[in-house]
Amino acid sequence: MAQVTIENVSKSYAGDVRAVNSVSIAIEDGEFIVLVGPSGCGKSTLLRMVAGLESVTEGTIRIGERTVNEVEPAERDIAMVFQNYALYPHMTVRQNLAYGLKNRGTPKAEIDKRVAEASRILELDQYLDRKPRQLSGGQRQRVAMGRAIVREPAAFLFDEPLSNLDAKLRVQMRGEIKQLQRRLATTSIYVTHDQLEAMTMADRIVVLNGGHVEQIGTPLEVYRAPQSAFVASFIGSPAMNLIAARGEGGRLVIGDQTVTMNGAEVPNGPLTLGVRAEDMALASGNGDGHVEMAIDYVEELGASRLVHGRLTDERLALSLPSGAPLSDRLSITLDPHRLHLFDPDSGRRI
Amino acid sequence: MKRVQFSSPYLPYLFLLPQMTVVFIFFYWPSVQAIQSSFYLEDPFGFGATFVGFDNYLEAFKSSHYQQIARFTVVFTILVTVFSLSIGLLLATTADTVIRGSGPYKTLLICVYAIAPPVAGLIGMMFFDQHIGPFVTMAAWFGWDMKVGIDYVDTAFAMIVVAVWKQIPYNFIFFLSGLQGIPVSVREAAAIDNRSRLGRFRTVTLPLLAPTAFFLLIINMTYSLFDTFGIIDVIVKDKAANNPITLVYKVYMDGFRGNDIGGSAAQSVILMLIVLLLTVFQFRFIERRVHYN
Repeated sequence: MAQVTIENVSKSYAGDVRAVNSVSIAIEDGEFIVLVGPSGCGKSTLLRMVAGLESVTEGTIRIGERTVNEVEPAERDIAMVFQNYALYPHMTVRQNLAYGLKNRGTPKAEIDKRVAEASRILELDQYLDRKPRQLSGGQRQRVAMGRAIVREPAAFLFDEPLSNLDAKLRVQMRGEIKQLQRRLATTSIYVTHDQLEAMTMADRIVVLNGGHVEQIGTPLEVYRAPQSAFVASFIGSPAMNLIAARGEGGRLVIGDQTVTMNGAEVPNGPLTLGVRAEDMALASGNGDGHVEMAIDYVEELGASRLVHGRLTDERLALSLPSGAPLSDRLSITLDPHRLHLFDPDSGRRI
Repeated sequence: MKRVQFSSPYLPYLFLLPQMTVVFIFFYWPSVQAIQSSFYLEDPFGFGATFVGFDNYLEAFKSSHYQQIARFTVVFTILVTVFSLSIGLLLATTADTVIRGSGPYKTLLICVYAIAPPVAGLIGMMFFDQHIGPFVTMAAWFGWDMKVGIDYVDTAFAMIVVAVWKQIPYNFIFFLSGLQGIPVSVREAAAIDNRSRLGRFRTVTLPLLAPTAFFLLIINMTYSLFDTFGIIDVIVKDKAANNPITLVYKVYMDGFRGNDIGGSAAQSVILMLIVLLLTVFQFRFIERRVHYN
């Protein structure tokens, strides 16, 4: 068990393609870190650099006290779970689990003990003598997990381990991995493109975009105080509404409507207003500080309904309790404490 | 799968006919002819035949010349198979790790395969030519007075070298595609689980290449037994004399040069049985130990 320190790490490929750009993350011992971002954001490359499967162009990666930039993958004391599981097809489940230990010269009795323990935890006991091709997707996923567990490494690396599973199994495995990690308290780095996985599993989320870090924070921090318009739109479902607005004399103006800010600072000039669907409500009382919204269509979600419409010309989604009265036009209020303002040019939070 | 219904029950047989005709004319008919001829002593000028039972077979087995050729064929087949497989595998594993210029490199390795066996034999013979052959010159540096076509061992050496050289590209192609069929992530998982390159090759790469290797083993043995005919022909130039030849070449020599149709037919039936046994053995005993996905 160890901290993993990533310091100003960059990765360039031939032709000056910069896949990862000066990323620094300090991962605590036992922490579950999720790297999340759209495809091509460099999250997998970063993970593979920690694993030693990609060389580091610039910067330093430390596992514990040891700088591992030039250390072979097998000697980094890490275990990795791959997206397509990468089980050895010619070996039985037992051999798959034992392979890494055998090559490290672990005594036979110790190997047997750890394989038995891991297969008990992962409920693989009855499959130990099967080949991977005789297993279902979920079982293969468990074997891949087991292969990592038996090693008792300093850190687990997960490369989108759930993306090949169907939706139901994914939710189940999500919980299992999280519980397992809690129990073993092994430092983990988990890569996913699914913000829901990031939100539900992470101790801290690292949002990556175009090879650089947009924000590092706990799921709630990232959700409640996104540091950029990108993070705001990427984290949360439905995505946060981003509306073109402007500041005029301390007031926030959208088209020809004005939003009450309850004394919050609003700089002059063009702005991007971010507001989550659940941070708006139907207006009551007189029209003071209300904005008018035209309804396009409604998605019924059971517990709530998601209303899609336009605020002046800007698209907007609004979450209302199921059974709330609807008409073609709605008068709504925005929660002034839950509004996010971004610089429309840089995308940074103001 | 969509099932196609033929309007007439005879139509499928009509479609099969061309293939069946080819198989019949070029395989079954000659086989039957060979088996039949092997029991007769035929007049060299075609004036009739006498039934002699198993005499042709007994004569072949008793002949020390035949036994010597059979021994050489075994040695030749084993050496050619082992060397062409292992060199092909070595080249494929190294080519697989080449990143820059791998295209031209692979093409260069493969293009030898496009050469017809007699041409390969000719080119090979030029390497071993008494006057201009670079191999002969090189051998002379080490005090080896190489006399291909005169000395039995030297000729055998040249034959094996040329036969191996000719077969390497074929094995290379299959091994390379086999290697590339191993998922990258499996190799990466192995890199995390095993620090030794050689260990990874032995415990992960090689077992996953086993189906390819098994296929190639059969192909290479058949190649050594039969398809090296052209190479041998060019090297011994139709006059075997004291030079080493394989069983297939002896069939040709006895049948078409010696006009001993019956004896030659008996030898070819023996070869046919050897191949049959070999195939059964390979599929029964070796395939069980091969991992298919």
